Amino acid sequence: MKLNKTYVIRFGLLWVVLFFCIVLSISLGSVSISFLDTLKVIFGLEIHNESLTYIIWNYRIPKALTAIMAGSGLALSGLLMQTLFRNPLAGPFVLGISSGASLGVALLIMGLSLFSGIISISIINDISLAIVASIGSFLVLFLVIGVATKIKDTMALLIIGLMIGSITAAVVSVLSYFSNAEKLQQYVFWTYGSLGDLSGVQLAILGIAICIGIGISIFSIKSLNGYLLGENYAQSLGINLKKSRFLIIIATGILAGSITAFTGPIAFIGLAVPHLTRQIFNTTDHKVLVPAVLLYGSIILLICDVIAQLPGQASVLPINAITSIIGAPVVIWLLLRKRKMVF
Amino acid sequence: MVCNNISFGIRPGECAAIIGINGIGKSTLLKTIGKLQPSMGGEIRVEGELLGDLSANKLAKRISLVLTEPIASKNLTVRELIALGRQPYTNWMGTLTTKDIKKVSETIETLALGNLKDKKCYALSDGQLQRVMIARALAQDTEIILLDEPTTHLDLFHKVQILKLLKSIAHQTKKAILFTSHEIELAIQLCDKILILEGKNNPFDEPCKLIENKAFESLFPADTVQFDALSGTFRIQK
Repeated sequence: MKLNKTYVIRFGLLWVVLFFCIVLSISLGSVSISFLDTLKVIFGLEIHNESLTYIIWNYRIPKALTAIMAGSGLALSGLLMQTLFRNPLAGPFVLGISSGASLGVALLIMGLSLFSGIISISIINDISLAIVASIGSFLVLFLVIGVATKIKDTMALLIIGLMIGSITAAVVSVLSYFSNAEKLQQYVFWTYGSLGDLSGVQLAILGIAICIGIGISIFSIKSLNGYLLGENYAQSLGINLKKSRFLIIIATGILAGSITAFTGPIAFIGLAVPHLTRQIFNTTDHKVLVPAVLLYGSIILLICDVIAQLPGQASVLPINAITSIIGAPVVIWLLLRKRKMVF
Repeated sequence: MVCNNISFGIRPGECAAIIGINGIGKSTLLKTIGKLQPSMGGEIRVEGELLGDLSANKLAKRISLVLTEPIASKNLTVRELIALGRQPYTNWMGTLTTKDIKKVSETIETLALGNLKDKKCYALSDGQLQRVMIARALAQDTEIILLDEPTTHLDLFHKVQILKLLKSIAHQTKKAILFTSHEIELAIQLCDKILILEGKNNPFDEPCKLIENKAFESLFPADTVQFDALSGTFRIQK
């Protein structure tokens, strides 16, 4: 199954679109920067306007990078989950990973003030939020892996992930019930998600995590293709089910966990991009799907980011809402147009 | 345990059927041989080697399966599906070599699937899909092919077509083919050997010898269906 001509053309087009979206996302914002100036700054040329250069290098480019990494990582983990569970409704968060992150953040913001009024609010900042979110998501991840090694049925894992999600959601509800308005608002703001404000170190950590996740996924391509026939057939083809399942879960956990830790929950991308990709590429081969969802995920999150910026305005819309508002109609339209779900 | 004391062996080039009433453990036996479920006792050997000693990948080069469960993604094309049968031989990325591609094309030709090869699996009829699944197993190039009820959901013509296909594959390619079936009358006519699972004795022999030994007679309660040794068929008691 070598990459044929149509795939080469499509991938070429995707790269062009991705580049266009990056430039667009960098040039648009509360301060509009012309396309040409943006290009000049990206390629290291002088534009005799230091403040614009500063904005691009310190705000816009980190944000675009975050969007690319978060979009591609979420889309890939969604694809992994859909293939592993052979369920079109699965997404990066079915294992309860984002719920774990939410719980960590909720405990920090709302729980801390409940149990000790002494500790000052000042410890709540982006860094500490990222840390507790990571701890939360990885605790859930380890729980899920522990369960996964115990049970044989993959579908049971799906239910257990959903149950863990319900438990954490309930705990968050209880916490918010006893919380004051200010704390509640702070928590809700975290749930809106945000692509901005990542420092260089945070970007590097996120980048490493994404690379590891992508690496493990590429290593799993063969078993992912085997899973297309179902677990029994995959096993009969020599695939080690336990090992491959473990790797797929680890990859998803690292991708979805690290992204949620740094950007907050971002809905929709992970669920929808794999469907979008399958509809457009009309294939189930993961050698095509994996790179394609990475590109599509980046492009779509960049577009959502541009829209959330409300170009020319000072205010920003919550990215977590925009992804669904923009993305859901696209998927509905695709399904209606093709009349047949490709899965 | 439903069924005890099972002992049989098949040689290269033989096409054998496992028959027996519902729930006696035909599929369980087949899946145990295919190592899809753990053995409940006894030993299974593939060319002298214990099944338990074979690694997953080695086993995949020796035994291929056709199961009753539907494949997870029907959006694969026929060629892609058959090519997945080459997985045990491909590298870590699953890249097909020219040898693999040649094998896939050969298989498509052998089973006369040329006009279907670019169709998606959801567009196939049950009979066509079954042939494709057999082609996938054949592309896996194993000494043994196990099939779990390969003729369910098919009409008489396609049942015969599939069983004849299995027989000719076994004879021509010198593979050992073992399948479970409820088509006892067809199996009597088309198989080289039959294993009758009935609980205690579980005879395994050539169909005509089994008939001579009246092995089929005790298969079903005599007040409902009776075996007619002359024609090799079952008669309903009215």
